Amino acid sequence: MRLTRTSGRRLVAGIPTLWLLLLFLVPFLIVFRVSFSEVRLAIPPYTPLIAWHHGRPSLELHTSAYAFLFTDPLYISSYLYSLKVAAVSTLLCLLLGLPMAYAIARASDATRPVLLMLVVLPFWTSFLLRVYAWIGLLNTNGVINNVLLTLGIIHEPLVMMQTDFAVYIGIVYSYLPFMILPLYANLEKHDITLLEAAADLGAPPWRAFLRITLPLAVPGIVAGSLLVFIPAVGEYVIPTLLGRTDQLMIGRVLTDEFFENRDWPVASAVAILMLLLLVVPILLFQRYQRREVEAEAGETP
Amino acid sequence: MNSPQPVAGPPPAAAHDPSAYVRVVHLTKRFGDFTAVDDVSLDIRRGEIFCLLGGSGSGKTTLLRMLAGFEKPTSGSIWIDGVDMSTIPPYERPVNMMFQSYALFPHMSVEKNVAFGLEQEGRGREEIRRQVAEILEIVRMGGLGARKPHQLSGGQRQRVALARALVKRPKLLLLDEPLAALDRKLREHTQFELLNIQQRLGVTFIVVTHDQEEAMTLGTRLGVMNHGRIVQIGTPSDIYESPATRFVADFIGSVNLFEGRVRGAGAGAGPLQIECDDLGCTVRAGQAPRALVNGTVWTAIRPEKINISREAPQESGGQNAVAGTVREIAYMGDVSIYLVQIDSGRTLRVTLPNTERGGERPIAREERVWLSWHDSSPVVLSE
Amino acid sequence: MKSSRLVFSRSMLVLGLVFLYVPILSMIVFSFNYSRLVTVWDAARSPTLRWYGELLHNGQILGAAWLSLRVAFISATCAVVLGTLAGMALARFGPFRGRTLLAGMTAAPLVMPEVITGLSLLLLFVALEHLIGWPHGAGPVTITLAHITFCMAYVTVVVQSRLTGFDESLEEAAMDLGARPLTVFLRVTLPLILPAIASGWLLSFTLSWDDLVITQFVAGPGSSTLPMVIFSKVRLGVTPDVNALATIMVLVVAIGIVASTVWMRRREQRRERDLQLAAASNQ
Repeated sequence: MRLTRTSGRRLVAGIPTLWLLLLFLVPFLIVFRVSFSEVRLAIPPYTPLIAWHHGRPSLELHTSAYAFLFTDPLYISSYLYSLKVAAVSTLLCLLLGLPMAYAIARASDATRPVLLMLVVLPFWTSFLLRVYAWIGLLNTNGVINNVLLTLGIIHEPLVMMQTDFAVYIGIVYSYLPFMILPLYANLEKHDITLLEAAADLGAPPWRAFLRITLPLAVPGIVAGSLLVFIPAVGEYVIPTLLGRTDQLMIGRVLTDEFFENRDWPVASAVAILMLLLLVVPILLFQRYQRREVEAEAGETP
Repeated sequence: MNSPQPVAGPPPAAAHDPSAYVRVVHLTKRFGDFTAVDDVSLDIRRGEIFCLLGGSGSGKTTLLRMLAGFEKPTSGSIWIDGVDMSTIPPYERPVNMMFQSYALFPHMSVEKNVAFGLEQEGRGREEIRRQVAEILEIVRMGGLGARKPHQLSGGQRQRVALARALVKRPKLLLLDEPLAALDRKLREHTQFELLNIQQRLGVTFIVVTHDQEEAMTLGTRLGVMNHGRIVQIGTPSDIYESPATRFVADFIGSVNLFEGRVRGAGAGAGPLQIECDDLGCTVRAGQAPRALVNGTVWTAIRPEKINISREAPQESGGQNAVAGTVREIAYMGDVSIYLVQIDSGRTLRVTLPNTERGGERPIAREERVWLSWHDSSPVVLSE
Repeated sequence: MKSSRLVFSRSMLVLGLVFLYVPILSMIVFSFNYSRLVTVWDAARSPTLRWYGELLHNGQILGAAWLSLRVAFISATCAVVLGTLAGMALARFGPFRGRTLLAGMTAAPLVMPEVITGLSLLLLFVALEHLIGWPHGAGPVTITLAHITFCMAYVTVVVQSRLTGFDESLEEAAMDLGARPLTVFLRVTLPLILPAIASGWLLSFTLSWDDLVITQFVAGPGSSTLPMVIFSKVRLGVTPDVNALATIMVLVVAIGIVASTVWMRRREQRRERDLQLAAASNQ
């Protein structure tokens, strides 16, 4: 197979490469380049990279967009708030997802596929509609308040919409399958005899869990957490529908900057900084994935 | 298949057997800095079973893959039936391969798998059907043509893979560890069946294996590989009885090896005499090359060529005999293995056939014994 | 010894599943509610199909759904072709020039925040139009181009992992038996990765059908996909016809998933029987 390096092969690798170069890498470079320009009233609404002064080209790089981000506290607080929301949601996801994944991995052969299907099924239905469903539940005159009022548990409706709580609920709800699936994939591979050996050596179940199951599950925990954390930082729909109006997340800031203020350079600078923030988790995730692939390749003879 | 046109030009200059059918000439394959196959030259005759034997990483599989056309040689050439294979892609070579994993197409029935190669040649449907039925009969898979690979046992899959590779009547059949995936009982049976089929069809076989037993029983000739080189080529008995190097002696079967020096000028008639300090006696070797004089040499003695006795052998004269204590005895059924610690401290391995049931007073552990061997038993090696 | 730990994790599992399904169920229930106040059950006139009826006469939603359907179909199909090519190259070509580039570019969209992908694609389209006069403004074409790009990354992953799970010697065997590269692909590789391609297509279709954020950037003023229409409706508050729409969508997906799960279980059971058969016929 490796022998014939024909033009057919070049085509197979070349077409997708070309596509992604044009529609992924180049656009990203444009964002980078626009972030170093200034707004102007024209089409497109930013200054060109090369300006002509007295017939001579000169490179025009403006850092004003970045300077603006660091002077207006709105942006810094949005970044910090996004990180906080993503971190808390990831933790909540893990706390709920880990026992769920564990229970699925230990379920009988007959029920396991059904449980997995139940976890995955919501993922195939519209993300937007699932977030929307929570509006009906969390509203001041929503289902939860109505039920609690009817049962007499509360006497005044709770304010749950447009709070951090609602955003956490929305993110955990939307991203739970992304946490459970890698965790399940990891836990399912564990050898049950390890726990039996631990019990045989005198470890009570909770200690066997802490000393055996948890350390072995670390790759799954890392993968699941990053799969939730990374998209949560840039989340737009959930905070827009459920979240606070006095404190925006950075994805919303970017969109507003672009559509409302029509400030493309600042929107681009926001994007670049967001990416910088995510570089470490993204690299971590890719390293983990590469290791997984290698491990799998090593397992199959 | 479009039969490849013979490439004009003289055959390569390397010394070769004129009757060679498959000729490998100064073949080298490098992967980056790593040399997998290092200047290998081979001549294989028509209709023979040639076994490439070596450990993992010895380059045998790379050599096989170059013969099939999956790897491009860094230098050197491969000739089959007088045609240079250098520029011929795998799908046009008169070579078929039986893969170690069998590589049966999981989505095709047994019949479809076997027919695949013939279909590529554009043969008629009726002819394909007939040839497939015929070859499946030969490998005794006649009734199972409609099954899918996952409905077959390991032995059956192996036979389908063989049929699929043979149905095109290739000039050369390559077998990559053909028996490795079978359990022990099945292996022996399959081994003889393979020989049977090969003789019936007269196809030239090249077998790659790491299993010396498999190589010995299958091969008319063996090529032992190490670090990308062929270290020795010969018949199974050549390789076993007259290994060319310490590596071969050690790799094929087990052996007791001792370093020594040739005594005297070694000139004149009579057996060669070798001082072995480790052994504590002089080794007299009947058939040894004369050129070894004065250098460091190694004597190799196979465990089954050593006798054990309670009394000192007569007329030994301190040569080819040594005393020691039995440390371990392993009863293997047909033979017993004795580990005897000789007085120099080294341990020798000796095997004796268990010819009698419950023979009189067998030699026991910790007993003092004498080990001795015939002049013709030691092999003297210079490298 | 196992039971005490499983009691906890099992109750968490039940709790988690309740958490996952209560919102969906409440949407379904209230889609049959007569009242416009979505969360107050109008016992006198419910259940009713009122909102389903209104949905069928809502030209805006139907038009958007039709656009989404077309975009999703074309995007998924193109993404499958491109993703399969990329997956083949990554899994089967060994080290080649540009491999790292391709691998990086197929992996990155998976973790790239959607707002950034959307912004960057729009900036590209604007720049292109400025330079070569194409595309003429944003619309279905730009939406489709954007969707193909992020969907193909998913297809690549699915196809690549399916191919690495398969022994490369299958393709070598085909070639060894005289099949040219194209024949090898059509007769051996393609049938083997067909399940991956099918699930890649379904995944792409779903992702494209569902995408809001990226689409919002590249859609332009004239064309609205279904998620865009829903989003603009629900931003203003809860509307009962969205409940009805959600119910229909959940139903379609649920039927599809359940059917495919049952089908896969059947196939697995048949496989197990075959394995027993093989073991029995072992000689």
